[in-house]
Amino acid sequence: MDTTVTTGTEDSVWGGGNRPLGASYGKMMMWFFIVSDALTFSGFLVSYGFSRFKFIETWPIADEVFTHVPFFHGNYPMYYVAFMTFILIMSSVTMVLAVDAGHKMKQNSVILYMFLTIIGGAIFVGSQAWEWATFIKGDYGAVETKGGRILQFVNAETGERAALADFAATLPEERVKHLKKEGIWFEQEGYKTSFSLNEVVEGFKTTPNILIRTETINEEGEKTLLNRQESLSKLLDATQVVEGANLIHNEYGSRLFADFFFFITGFHGFHVFSGVVINVIIFFNVILGTYERRGHYEMVEKVGLYWHFVDLVWVFVFTFFYLV
Amino acid sequence: MVHDHKLEIFRGLLKFKSNTQKIWGVLIFLSIVTAIEVALGITKPRFLTHNYFIGMKLLNWIFIILTLVKAYYIAWDFMHLRDEKSSLRRAIVWTPIFLVCYLIFILLFEADYIYNVFKDGFLAWNF
Repeated sequence: MDTTVTTGTEDSVWGGGNRPLGASYGKMMMWFFIVSDALTFSGFLVSYGFSRFKFIETWPIADEVFTHVPFFHGNYPMYYVAFMTFILIMSSVTMVLAVDAGHKMKQNSVILYMFLTIIGGAIFVGSQAWEWATFIKGDYGAVETKGGRILQFVNAETGERAALADFAATLPEERVKHLKKEGIWFEQEGYKTSFSLNEVVEGFKTTPNILIRTETINEEGEKTLLNRQESLSKLLDATQVVEGANLIHNEYGSRLFADFFFFITGFHGFHVFSGVVINVIIFFNVILGTYERRGHYEMVEKVGLYWHFVDLVWVFVFTFFYLV
Repeated sequence: MVHDHKLEIFRGLLKFKSNTQKIWGVLIFLSIVTAIEVALGITKPRFLTHNYFIGMKLLNWIFIILTLVKAYYIAWDFMHLRDEKSSLRRAIVWTPIFLVCYLIFILLFEADYIYNVFKDGFLAWNF
């Protein structure tokens, strides 16, 4: 490097070969990627905040949306997400332990800790898939108005949410199926709800102890409950029954909430998934002794950085989606 | 590669004997913080949900501050930024912080403006 340098001092600043940040090329690039990816996620979360501030009075309350725990029935807000958070932090810990063992060149410990990290990641992705499935399936059902607002039902006696099946009438209705031979363009029928709007409306009229809950959040931070008279007149606005959530309809409230849920947790889940895949590749490299031959385990450190980043993002998603 | 670890957290209040021990210590700390968050999220004390500071509930302030605390320990100890040179650390940390603050400021103000347009303008969307 010093062929063209004429100063004669070997430790010249301009002679090249300096590492001002003390990090190798690969590690620097991983940090570059993480910073840019962090900005991407910030963009998503802030645009979620944008939509939420825009509809601050009608935004769904996350506690009432994510209330399920696998294999248990009942209302358990947040417990399962807290569990998922813990799993991810735990797998982050095993990842640091793997990096630490790599520094000490302990191949077998690295293998064990990498394995545990992969298991943790798999549990997390599985939990997220379950959460998605529960969210898409929905739980109580609701009706949507002309303006796209959601009306939910509450049992006046218990104060708890009422499912459509609790009060909807069964009417002898013929459902006309849309067929390909009818119409110039064949359009997909869309999803079919378990009750028709008519059945819900008729059932509502004959069951006096059911009230309607609108999306508007009152002073107490709860959704506004209409009285029986208001409920009956409000129900006239209903145009369709909604069960579960997708990108167009959302029984929990604002459809933007569902859109952001799918987008942000989906993007994060994709990161976890790719993190698991990269971890598996490195895991096999460790088993094959690639890094023993190379003389250092910096590769484990680099995937470790990515893995922790995924955990870091989840901490923010957890706060802004489930807590705040 | 960096092999020497700084083993103190909480500004030297807690010093660990080895890097492994520090990792477990940080895990315990992060778990406690998460437990506090979940407990507050489930109980929602009235005092915290009915008092506001700069337009936001105290409870939400607590959540956001605890999140930043967790993010700090994940970045500093798990991603071992604590052991990196301060120039690298500053480049990584302050660049996103600056940009994100700017983004938050602009988008949330804009959203609040649109909220007021919906509320006060001759516009019906809640029907």
